[in-house]
Amino acid sequence: MRTSLGLLAFIGFTLFLLAAMISIRPFGEPPHREMDDWFITHAQIESSANNVVTSIVFDYRGFDTLGEATVLFTAVSGVLMVLRRKEGMKK
Amino acid sequence: MTTTIIKTTTKILTPLILVFGSYIILHGHLTPGGGFQGGAVFASGLALLIVANKYETVKSLFEKAPLSVLESIGAVGFLGMACLGFAGYTFFKNVIANSGFLLFGGKTPSGINPGYLNTGGTLPYMNIFVGMKVLAGLTSIILVFFLIMRRERDEW
Repeated sequence: MRTSLGLLAFIGFTLFLLAAMISIRPFGEPPHREMDDWFITHAQIESSANNVVTSIVFDYRGFDTLGEATVLFTAVSGVLMVLRRKEGMKK
Repeated sequence: MTTTIIKTTTKILTPLILVFGSYIILHGHLTPGGGFQGGAVFASGLALLIVANKYETVKSLFEKAPLSVLESIGAVGFLGMACLGFAGYTFFKNVIANSGFLLFGGKTPSGINPGYLNTGGTLPYMNIFVGMKVLAGLTSIILVFFLIMRRERDEW
């Protein structure tokens, strides 16, 4: 009973993945490309940097980087808080 | 872990790794990379320095290192550069770009160009602050792991 149920779930999930793979879009043709074209044509002028990736990460989507920095800060402070020794080991 | 081979390799490689990390941080707005990646490279150089030395040497080397101060300066500086956009615009607005400010305020010619260091507006500042933050954080994690592992091995 268990084995047949597992086999059924396996076959169903495989068929689902195959259908998703067949209906996927071809590479390099996103459904919406207006924002990509805007970044490619305007990033060098607006944020005055050659590296478009950096201008997206730090300028257009700065909030994302702010969250990333907060995650790193939380991780570091958590590790230092957990692994702290009593008599002042300077970290 | 502190054989002669590792010590000699560390002496040769560590300056190169640190210079390369600084280069990635400072050229983040021109070449691939940025604050996070350059900070990770810099921290890996410091990690090499940590694992290749004895416990007392590491402790005396890093006792005066202001790692938590660097981490705090990085976080506050990043937020401060973001808040500069409140001067007439919104949060995270790149106010220094194309404004003719003395540092990093130059204009980038559009199209293919070799890349000029004095451009980018707030991006190089944010790269520097984030790089400072990442290198301080990763180095302090590695340092704490190293000190505690060494301490327990001494206690065994």
